[in-house]
Amino acid sequence: MLKIIKNRLDQGYRTSSYPKQPIALYERFRGRPQINRQCDPALIRQCAEACPQEAIDAASGAIDLGRCTFCGLCEMQSQGKFVQFSQNFELGVATRADLITDGSYADLAGHAKQHFKKLFGRSLQLRQVSAAGCNACEADTNVLNTPFFDLSRFGIDFVASPRHADGIHVTGPISRNMKAALLTTYEAVPSPKVVIASGACSISGGPFYGSDEIVGDLNELLPVDLYIPGCPPHPLTTLHALLTFFK
Amino acid sequence: MDNLLQIANGEVVRRADIPDVSVETFGMTLAEFVRNGGFVVQFFAFAENGITRLLAVVRNDRLYVTSCVVGAEFPSLTGWVSEKFHMFEREIAEQYGIRPTAHPWLKMVRYHRNYSGADDVFGNDYGGEEIPGKYGCFTVEGEAIHEVAVGPVHAGIIEPGHFRFQCAGEEVLHLEIQLGYQHRGVERLLPTVPQRRLPIICEAIAGDTAIGHNLCCCQALEALAGLTVDVGARIVRTIALELERIANHLGDLGALSGDVAFNPPAAYFGRMRGDFLNLLQVLCGNRFGKGLVRPGGVAFVMGDEQRKLIAAKLEEITPQVKNVCDLLFSAHTVQARFENTGIVSREMAEDLGLVGYAGRACGLPYDARVAFPSECYAELPHNTNQMTSGDVYSRATVRREEIMHSLALIELLLQRPETTAKAMMMEERRLAADSLVVTINEGWRGEIAHCVLTGADGAIVRYKVKDPSFHNWTGLAMSLRNQGISDFPLCNKSYNLSYCGFDL
Repeated sequence: MLKIIKNRLDQGYRTSSYPKQPIALYERFRGRPQINRQCDPALIRQCAEACPQEAIDAASGAIDLGRCTFCGLCEMQSQGKFVQFSQNFELGVATRADLITDGSYADLAGHAKQHFKKLFGRSLQLRQVSAAGCNACEADTNVLNTPFFDLSRFGIDFVASPRHADGIHVTGPISRNMKAALLTTYEAVPSPKVVIASGACSISGGPFYGSDEIVGDLNELLPVDLYIPGCPPHPLTTLHALLTFFK
Repeated sequence: MDNLLQIANGEVVRRADIPDVSVETFGMTLAEFVRNGGFVVQFFAFAENGITRLLAVVRNDRLYVTSCVVGAEFPSLTGWVSEKFHMFEREIAEQYGIRPTAHPWLKMVRYHRNYSGADDVFGNDYGGEEIPGKYGCFTVEGEAIHEVAVGPVHAGIIEPGHFRFQCAGEEVLHLEIQLGYQHRGVERLLPTVPQRRLPIICEAIAGDTAIGHNLCCCQALEALAGLTVDVGARIVRTIALELERIANHLGDLGALSGDVAFNPPAAYFGRMRGDFLNLLQVLCGNRFGKGLVRPGGVAFVMGDEQRKLIAAKLEEITPQVKNVCDLLFSAHTVQARFENTGIVSREMAEDLGLVGYAGRACGLPYDARVAFPSECYAELPHNTNQMTSGDVYSRATVRREEIMHSLALIELLLQRPETTAKAMMMEERRLAADSLVVTINEGWRGEIAHCVLTGADGAIVRYKVKDPSFHNWTGLAMSLRNQGISDFPLCNKSYNLSYCGFDL
C-alpha cells in the first residue's frame, strides 16, 4: 500500500492540458508539409521520382498526404527547397481531395458535418477495426487511453462491441481476408454512424499499394467521413481530428 | 556437416556455393542437424526458371545453409523429426502448392492463393468464395465439452485473429489459433517493387518492430550492394533497437498489470512507454522509428542535442521504471496470478523452437545479439536471465531484466563519441548477382530473420521474412493447455505476439 502511495506521488499529475494549451512537438517530427511552389520544377521532378510512395505529382508539385508516409526523403532530397515538414500535427480532413495539398490546407472544423456534432458532440463511442494494419496505427490510437492524453475526458471512448458504437475507426490497407469481417462489423453498428479512415494504409494502401492481397482504399467499400493521415498518425493528430470534427 | 555450407550473419554468399543436394539427402541432413540440438531459422521454397527449390537456414552456435530441388511433394520432417519444421512446412505448402507428405497437421497458415499456380494443397478456391475462417477447427468431443470462438475482430484495439478454445468447464483442453487475416502479400510484393520501397514496406511488416525488421532489410541491401556502415550510424541503430525493446516491454508489463486488475502500474507503464517512443521521435521524427534506418546508415544524424535529450530523459525515467517494476513484481496478488500460469516446459520450448523472451523464460538462452551479433552488439555486455520456469512470471521477469539491461546498453552507447559522417538517403543500388544473404537481429520479441536471393541480373528473386511470432504463436497455444480460460488474456499478454508479423 505504501509503495502504491509513494509511486502515486512520484508519478504526479500527467494529463496534458491540450487542447486548452498548445503542444509543441520536437523539431524532427514531420507534420504538415510546407511546399514551395516557386522552386525549380526539375527539383520537384527529382523528388517525385525518388518518393517511395509516389505521393508527389511532378507536374503540380502537390503532395498526396493520403499516400505519404512522412519519411522525409523529399525534404532531404530538396534540402528543404521544395518541401519542409512543419511540426503542425493538425492533418485530419473531411474529404479525400483535401488530402492532396499544394501547401494550402482545408479547414477541418468548417467541413465537419454539423449533424455529427449534434449527434456525437457530447459522447462518441467508436469500434476500432484493424484491417491488416501493422499495429503502429493501432498502438498510437490505444495510446490515447493513457493518462497523458486521457481520451475519455472528452466523452470519446473505444468500445468492445459494434452494437455499442457510433461508428468505426479503421486502420490497415484492408486485406482480402479482413474485408468480410470489416463489412460485418460496420453493418452491426446502428445508424447513423461514422466511418473514420486512419493512417496511410486505410486511405491508399500505404506501404502496400499495388499488392493484390489488399483492397487499399476504405472509401471503395464504405463512405468515409473523416481521414486521419500519417504512418502512423501521431496520437495528437488523431485527437485533434476527433475533437475538431465532432466537438 | 558435408551437405551444409557455413555462413555468417549479414554476409553475402554466392548461390553456386550453396549445397544443392537430393531431396532425400536434404531431409536427412536437416533431420540429423536438428536432432543434434539445431534450430531452424528459415525454411522455404522459391522458384526460378521453372525449377522449384527448398532452402533451409539452420543454426546451432553457427549458421548453415543447404538446398535441394523439389517436385510436387517432399517427405515432411515435422512428424518424424521435430515440431520445429511444422509451421515452415505448412507455409511451403501454402506458398508453392508443394505437399509435405505425412505432415501430421497440414492446414492453412494465412489463407491465400499460392505463388506457383499449382492446385491449392488445401483445396481452396481463392478466386471465388470468402475463404478466411473456412476451416474445421480441431474439436474435442464429449458431453461436458464446450467451444469458445473469439475473433477475428477482438474486443480492444488489437489486430485480428481467430482463437478457438475447447473447454471442459473453465479448463482449456486445447486452443487452436488461426491467423491470416492480416495477410498483405508482403513476400510476394517485395521482389516486384523498386528498391526505394523496401525499407518502407519492411518498416510496416510489424509496426511495433519497425526498427528490427527494417534493420534486417537494410543490412541485407548493404551486404548485397557492398556498403559499409560507419560506427556512428551503428550506434544510432543499436540505440534505436534497444529503445524499441524497452518501449514494447514496458507496454506489455503495463498490459499484464491491467490484466490482473492492478491499475496503478498499468497507467504508469503505459505513460512511460510513450516516453520511450518519444525518444525514437527525437532520433528520427517518428514514434516507431520509421524512416530512421536506411541502407548505408541512418537518415537522421544523432547530434549533441539529441544525445543530450536522450541522456537527460533516461536519467529522469530510469528510477521511475525501477520503482514501478518493483511495485508490480512485489505485489503478492500479482505474484499469485503470474506464478505457475501458462507454463511451457523447457523440453516443449525446445521442440517448438521458441525464440526471444518466450524461449529464454523456458531456459533456452538463445539471444541473437549474443550468438550472431550485428551492429554494436559484439562490444556490449550480455544479459543472462535466471528465471526460467516457463510461466507468465518468468516471461514478465525476463522482460523486466531486459528493460534494465537495455537501459544500461543505451547509457554505454551514448558515451561513445562517434557521430555518423552524414545522413543517408535512400538510393537505388546495384545488388550482387546470384547471391544469398541472411540477416538476423534480436528484435524485442526475438529472432528476426530476412533472407534475400538475387538472380543473374542482381534483381531480387525471393525475399523471405520471418518474424519471431512465427515460432512463438504455438508456444501461446501450448501455454493454455489445462489452464483456466480466464487466464488467456494474461498468457496472451505475456507473449504479446505479432499478428501482422506472422501474417505478412
